[in-house]
Amino acid sequence: MRKVKADPKGVLEGPHFMDGDHALAEGALAAGCRFFAGYPITPSTETAERFAERCPEAGGLFIQMEDEIASIAALIGGAWGGQKVMTVTSGPGFSLMMENLGLACMTETPMVIANVQRGGPSTGLPTLTAQQEMMQARWGSHGDYRVIALVPDSPQECFDLAIEAFNLSETYRVPVLIMTDETVGHMHEKVVIPPADKIEVVERNWYTGPKGEYKPYKFGDKNYMPGPMVKVGDGHRFHITGLVHDERGYPQATVEAGKINITHIIEKIDSNRDKIVRFEADQLDDAEVVVVSYGITSRIAIKAVMDARKQGIKTGNFRMITAWPFPEKQIREIASKVKAIVVPEINYGQMVMEVERLAAGKCKVVSVNSTGGAVHDPKEILAAIKEARS
Amino acid sequence: MNVNANANFAQDNPMSQFLRMERMPHIWCPGCGIGIVVTAFAEAIKKSGLDLDKVAIVSGIGCTGRTAGYVKLDSFHSTHGRAIPLATGLKLANPEMKVVVFSGDGDLTGIGGNHFIHAARRNMDLTVVCVNNFTYGMTGGQVTPTTPHTANASTTPFGNYEYPFSLPFLADACGATYVARWTSLHARQISASIKEALNHRGFSFIEVIAPCTTLYQRRNRLGDGLDALEYYQNDAEIVHDIDTRLVDIDYQGKIKVGKFVHKEKPTYLDNVNQHYANVLGDEYQLYGKTTPEREAEAKAKAEAEAAAKGAV
Ligand SMILES: Cc1ncc(C[n+]2csc(CCOP(=O)(O)OP(=O)(O)O)c2C)c(N)n1
Ligand code: SF4
Ligand SMILES: [Mg+2]
Repeated sequence: MRKVKADPKGVLEGPHFMDGDHALAEGALAAGCRFFAGYPITPSTETAERFAERCPEAGGLFIQMEDEIASIAALIGGAWGGQKVMTVTSGPGFSLMMENLGLACMTETPMVIANVQRGGPSTGLPTLTAQQEMMQARWGSHGDYRVIALVPDSPQECFDLAIEAFNLSETYRVPVLIMTDETVGHMHEKVVIPPADKIEVVERNWYTGPKGEYKPYKFGDKNYMPGPMVKVGDGHRFHITGLVHDERGYPQATVEAGKINITHIIEKIDSNRDKIVRFEADQLDDAEVVVVSYGITSRIAIKAVMDARKQGIKTGNFRMITAWPFPEKQIREIASKVKAIVVPEINYGQMVMEVERLAAGKCKVVSVNSTGGAVHDPKEILAAIKEARS
Repeated sequence: MNVNANANFAQDNPMSQFLRMERMPHIWCPGCGIGIVVTAFAEAIKKSGLDLDKVAIVSGIGCTGRTAGYVKLDSFHSTHGRAIPLATGLKLANPEMKVVVFSGDGDLTGIGGNHFIHAARRNMDLTVVCVNNFTYGMTGGQVTPTTPHTANASTTPFGNYEYPFSLPFLADACGATYVARWTSLHARQISASIKEALNHRGFSFIEVIAPCTTLYQRRNRLGDGLDALEYYQNDAEIVHDIDTRLVDIDYQGKIKVGKFVHKEKPTYLDNVNQHYANVLGDEYQLYGKTTPEREAEAKAKAEAEAAAKGAV
């Protein structure tokens, strides 16, 4: 992967007081995104508004499409038109994007989709926080596929992870989801944007070979790394389809072709899991109980962990930064050492299912769930820690 | 029959520059009208003098949607109904491309209807070719938004009781700046219209009434492909510039064909640039210009400045 310095045109260097939604837009611009197609939805709209406002000076294009289906379809076109592309949405819009998320996975099209989660299902709690699409992020489109999903816990991390999301999406030619939430999206904090020459940006892996020989895909390479891309108009006359295809991109309706194609889009993520997964772990060494959390919930969890320590309960903290691929190895290891894992989430219990799967009965797994709308009270998590240890 | 075993049919085919011959044979049924429209499209591109490297084709899903897979251009076989928004993204990300959408009636005006009306409203610079066979061909002959009133379809087995769209009227009402309709009998006219549309800046729409022999024709006992052509021969009437409110199609009734709309209006991207240039003035760098265009503009500006200095 070729890393370059960020284009200063998109970098609003300096310290800012900014909410998570705006920071997402700034991160995207810093990462080199110059094409944004979106549709308004609370609590994500501010990202689109920020991008629209910054477009003329940054030399980009913003288009408000007729719906979220159109938005993500336009991203696929935009990416093959040669741009780095992004959209932002929340629950209902995320649901509408699912079919073409699959097309993006199948055609190995890089893009970044941020979901500023609000309470669901349906129209739910439009203005209140939630983490209810964590499983949809993983399984929402039909068929077997993989994506990468990141979970920022602050406006600063919205900025940082937006850049990371673009870098990962170019590296693995896969849609990267930023699964933030209303609280982080609307919370104002200090966001420091570094100078452009301190920001590393992964360039698209452009094909440099002769015309007439380009193949849009490369299956089963070392670690299943994807092949290079071209853009329309370069004279390669390539074809892409959502049908199962061969490396030329041509449809192949056979069991064998499906096996090669689908194995590739899955294994390019699974077999690179260790390179992709990011997390923060604290005080695990002597821990009897570990709290596993992500996004805004991890900031509440820290308080509960500190209170538990004060009360003499050896408690550790594990914050996922990557939700998908799931930090399997890390959770398995924790489960083999502790009495219990506590999983607070602003949903009725989603990522806890992964934790249970990996704990495989080696330790207790306690879900601190909610029906959405508010962050936890640290006392709820503390109570769960105490109960889990007993 | 005397078959020359050495003949290289694929290479000798006059369409071989334009088609992915390695993907032949295609999936279309004998007598199907789609192939005629594809051939007319190839002719149009050839005659337009456009650089084939700078033309992209986007299809949705359906029998017609398979076109993108057979045409030797940058080509996208997308999802059902979503060809237009994907094409919109392509065009906006890479404005020097000519982007053609080639899809079926169900794809473009049923599931994709919302995208169709909005791309027309924006005067997005796309050429949209719709093969209207009055049916969902690929899924087995169900009713579509264009199936004529009373015609039989697999999901209206006792005849269609809905009102159909009149697509030229729809496109016109939504702001399309080029609208034509032909039948698959009018191969030369289709080709001429597509060529004209390719050279037109803005949302251009060409509807081609074509037979789905296997499903629509058979289910309605209308005979084969030849019978369809005979129907078009007898009942299609060329009326250019006719008011699009008057071009409805009744079951096996008259079909008004011709060029109905052709007007100039700034495209979506023209408006982006004009508007920002007005509001932001010199600070604004035009979006989507090619490098030669930018260089020419910079040179012209420098020359104008030099001339102004000289005048003082
Ligand atoms: C979301 C979705 N719904 C339904 C389908 C099934 N489907 C495939 S093609 C098609 C109809 C195509 O009809 P039309 O666009 O008129 O094309 P034709 O086959 O007649 O050329 C349908 C309903 C699909 N592929 N995707
Ligand atoms: S089913 Fe109908 S539309 Fe499809 S290829 Fe056959 S004749 Fe053509
Ligand atoms: Mg049809």
